[in-house]
Formats: sequence, C-alpha cells, structure tokens
Amino acid sequence: MSAPAVPAGLPRVVLVDDHGLFRSGVRAELGRQVEVVGEADDVAPAIELIARVVPDVVLLDVHLPGGGGQAVIAAVVRDHPQVRFLALSASDAPEDVIAVIRAGARGYVTKTISTADLADAIRRVADGDAVFSHRLAGFVLDAFASAPEAHDVRPSFDPELDQLTNREREVLRLIAQGYTYREIARELFISAKTVESHVSSVLRKLQLSSRHQLTRWAAERRLA
Amino acid sequence: MRNRGNGGPLRRDPDDRLGAGLAAGIGAWRGFSPTTVRIACVVAALFSQGWAVPFYFVGWLLIPAAGEKTSIGAKARHDSRGVALAIGLASLLAVFLLLAGVLNDGAIEVYGWPQVASVFCLTLIWRNASESERAAMRHLIQPLEGLWTGGGKMRRGTTLRIAASAVLLVAGLGWLLSLHGGTALLAPLGGFVLVAAAIVLLLGPWWLRIARDLVLERQARVRAQERADMAARVHDSVLQTLALIQRRAEDPAAVVQLARAQERELRSWLFEGRAPGDADVASFAEGIRGIQRDVEARHEVPVEVVTVGDCPLDEHLGALLAAAGEATVNAAKWSGAGVISLFAEVEPDKVAVAVRDRGKGFDPDAVPADRKGVAESIRGRMSRHGGEAIVQSAPGEGTKVTLMLPRSADGQRR
Repeated sequence: MSAPAVPAGLPRVVLVDDHGLFRSGVRAELGRQVEVVGEADDVAPAIELIARVVPDVVLLDVHLPGGGGQAVIAAVVRDHPQVRFLALSASDAPEDVIAVIRAGARGYVTKTISTADLADAIRRVADGDAVFSHRLAGFVLDAFASAPEAHDVRPSFDPELDQLTNREREVLRLIAQGYTYREIARELFISAKTVESHVSSVLRKLQLSSRHQLTRWAAERRLA
Repeated sequence: MRNRGNGGPLRRDPDDRLGAGLAAGIGAWRGFSPTTVRIACVVAALFSQGWAVPFYFVGWLLIPAAGEKTSIGAKARHDSRGVALAIGLASLLAVFLLLAGVLNDGAIEVYGWPQVASVFCLTLIWRNASESERAAMRHLIQPLEGLWTGGGKMRRGTTLRIAASAVLLVAGLGWLLSLHGGTALLAPLGGFVLVAAAIVLLLGPWWLRIARDLVLERQARVRAQERADMAARVHDSVLQTLALIQRRAEDPAAVVQLARAQERELRSWLFEGRAPGDADVASFAEGIRGIQRDVEARHEVPVEVVTVGDCPLDEHLGALLAAAGEATVNAAKWSGAGVISLFAEVEPDKVAVAVRDRGKGFDPDAVPADRKGVAESIRGRMSRHGGEAIVQSAPGEGTKVTLMLPRSADGQRR
C-alpha cells in the first residue's frame, strides 16, 4: 500500500461521481496537488461520507442517480456550512448547473477542464472564492439578461440582487471567452482581487436572487 | 410610406441626389421616402410664392454632405472673393427686379425677390462645394455649356429646338412683364407655363440622359456590392477548401470528402439560392454551433462555444455568422492554438461575437492590405452590413476578433 505522503495544508477533497473510472482518473491526475480523503458514487453515501470526514472541498457531479448534486448540498450545508462544493459536469444542462449553484456550490467547471486548472479551481474554492467556468459565465449572463419583459412582476426583497452591474457583466463576458482572472484584471485595468470580488458578488446574486426570471429561464431551457 | 428614421444627424445624401441630395437626406433622417419630400418641396415652393426656394439653398449651404465633417457654408466664410461675387450677382438680380417692378406690378417681382437670396447662396455653393459635388453640378448644366461653345456643328433638331424655346421664352416673359395687378394666383400662370415649356424643350433631352445616367450609376454600385459579397463567399468556401485539399494531398479519402462537401455547398448556393453554412439554420445560436461543428470537423481544433441569448436569423446576422466563421477558421488554420473560444451574445440593441485564441498572433499592421481574408471577408462584410470588426493581435499573444452588429428595428419588434 503506497498511500502518497501528502504535505499538510493541502485542501482535503471528497470526490462524488457515479462513474468509478472518472473518480480514479481525477484522483490519479490530481495526485499530490490535493489530498483526496474519500470517494462516493451516489447521494446517500456521499452525505454520510462528507458528514464523517468533513472535507474542505467536495468535487460534486451535477448528475447523480439518487437525486442530483443539489440533494447532497442541501443535506450537508445545515450541519457543515464550512464544507465547500465545486460542481463538475459533462453535460452542461444549464438548469442543472444553476440548480446546483443556487443550492450552494461555489463554482462550476466542465469535465473537460485540464488537471492544472482543476487543481487551481479546487484551491480557489477552498479559499472561499467563486469559480466560474466559461460556460457558467454564459449561463449567468443569459439568466440575468438585461431586458426584462415589460410587465414582469418581480417580487424581490432586494432589487439589487436581481441584476448584474455593468462591471460584473464585463467580467462574465471575458470569463465566457476563456480569459483567466489575471488576464481579465489586465484587460479591465483592475486588480485580480477585484475580479475575484466581482465574481463572488455574481455568485451571491445567483444564489440569493428571487428574480423569478431565473426560474423561468431555467424552465424554458428544460423544455427546449 | 413612413418607416423609422436613421436616428443620426441630418446629412445631405449625395448618393441619392437630384439636386443637393437634401430631400434624400431629410427622407432618410425622418424616415420618409425621398419622393414624398421632393413633392412637398415643390408644393411649398409654389405656395410660398417662391420663398421656400432660398431655404433649399440655405440648407444646401449649411448641412454637411454625408461623410463630410464641414458644411459648404463653413468653407465659404473664408472665401471673400466668392462673397463679393455672390453679393454682386445678387444685386444684379435685384436691379433687374426693380426695373421689372417699374414695368409691371406683381408676378415677376413676387417670385423673383426670394431668388436674390438663392443666387447669393448658389454662387457660394458653386465656388466652395467639394470636387464631386461640383462635378455633379457641371453635369446638370452641361447642356448650357454646350449651347455657348458648340454652336458650330449643331444638328438641325437642336437649332430648331433652341429657336422654338427662345420664342416661347420671350412670349412667356413678355406675358409676365405685361401683367398688371397680378394679384390673382391664376393670372401669371400662362406666362409661367410658357417659360417652363421653353426650359423643358431646351433642356429636356439632357435631363432624360442625366436621369438615365443616374440609374445606370446606381445599378453599377449595386452590382459592385453583389460582386464583393460573392467574392467574399467564394473565398470563404471554395478557396478555403482548395487550401485544405492542398494540405491533405497525401490523403485521397479526405480530399474526396472535402471536394464532395464543397460541391454540395456550392450547388445549393448557386442553384437553390441557399448560402453555404446556413443551409438549415434558423436561429443565430444554432448558426454559431454550426461554426463550431464545421471547424472542429474540418480542422480538428476544439472550439469552446458560449452563446448568450438567441434570435432568428436575418440577412445581416447571416453575414455576421459568415464573418465569425471566417475568423474561427483563420484561428484554427493559422494560430496553432490548442483551443479556440467563440463567444456570442445577443442583446436587445446589438449582437456581438468574439473569436479568441491564445496562439501565435500576428502584427495586424504588417498584413498586406490585399490579403483577402481579414480585409474583405471580415471587415468589409461587417461594414457592408452596418457593423464593425476589431482585430486585436500581437505576435506571441494570440488573436481576438470582435464583431459587432447593431440590431435592426425589425429584430426588436416583439
């Protein structure tokens, strides 16, 4: 048994995915960049495992046989709010992605992501930052599209949550074009930290907005 | 007959001119047909007893032509000799009108006085208009020049016509001058009809030729634009495919497949009128995904697509798609990047596409102007359809092509 000796301070990660091959692949690739403390292949075992080991980050497949990724998040956040989730998916069905984010995931990446980028994303989420893949950025821009219908009644306790600022929109557009945070900072003449805070603010809006367009948007996408 | 105006500042439109292009400019500005505006102008000129005419010339003087920054009037301010000449000619007319006023009391004077201002404006315009406008004005009065200079070899028909119109002119002016108490609107009419008939008889044939020339010129412009569109399209599809075939010459199966695909595309364009690439595409986002499919299949480079919003395709968005496809193909062929990012966003007022790679990049200033790809297929096509293309690149820093197209009024209709 050659368990790799992992230096202290690395993020402790749980992998939740129903494909064993994918889990072992990710585990091998991530190697020494994170400490993988457990794997689960469905909702119930995942909840049990996470409650037991309390990792820093859960790498969570959006699609799970027993109820989808958001069921895991919903069950865990109450007792362990410090556990952070990074959603991972191959399919990119927007309504699933948005649902997982709204349940509390701190970010979303596609399964085609490179190993280095994935390790980086895990570290960011462990640090409390938000991680937006280019596709999630596209979904969010779409969901917060700037032209609400004329007679759209939007009962919101905080109207600010219902729309993105121009700067947030710009940042999302660049993420959607595959820019890294550093490149965005250079492009917009702001600091990388400011880019981070814009993205975190978008994530907050995404999670807290009661904008019913968001729900309708997701519903339309499901029908399409 | 009214559609939405162009929303821009009021400009004369020399491309659609009869005189100064003022009616066409006002039409485009406020969304009327130029013909409506022209008829309104003539009616106004008659009913204001000629006072509307100098306003036309003042407009000519003060409203810049489309594409020019300054008006003719701004230039004329510094033309002191022109001002002196204009004052001289205007006062000459004034003297004539005073004399005419002694001989009769009405008709000519009433219509004549406003034209003192017209003569003044017209002189300044003649001296200070841009070269192209002066050429057009010379074109209009060319027959008169012909009368002064070409006397020697005049054909018999021409001589007859000149004689007849001279008789009519003298008769008409005589009628007008001999009128007394010409307060009734109908009284001077006979004189005017005679004068007008004289002018038409004298200049009519030339006017017809000018009108024909204008139509021919417009047709030629349309044909040139069609040819440019066609060249861009042939470049996009046929030339690109030929380049691919040369590169894959060692793989006969691939060559055959490419040639067949191109043949299908060309046939459907030539004989069924369907543009290549958008054969079955109904929406803009579908078209973007079509570009992804094509480029990934033909060039084996992954394309990361993000689309935000969607709308039905029209002719302009089809051109935007074609330009985006060309930019993506260029990135796949030349950048050497492992992945290309293709981002498209449909907003209420515009549609934007960004094609970005992290590949080799190039120096945009070092590309020869005649390289067809970027110049014609992308920039030219975007500007022909009212949009713009921005190419940002530097050696070693990848390339980003941003395409922007304002959405038409129809696109916004709910």
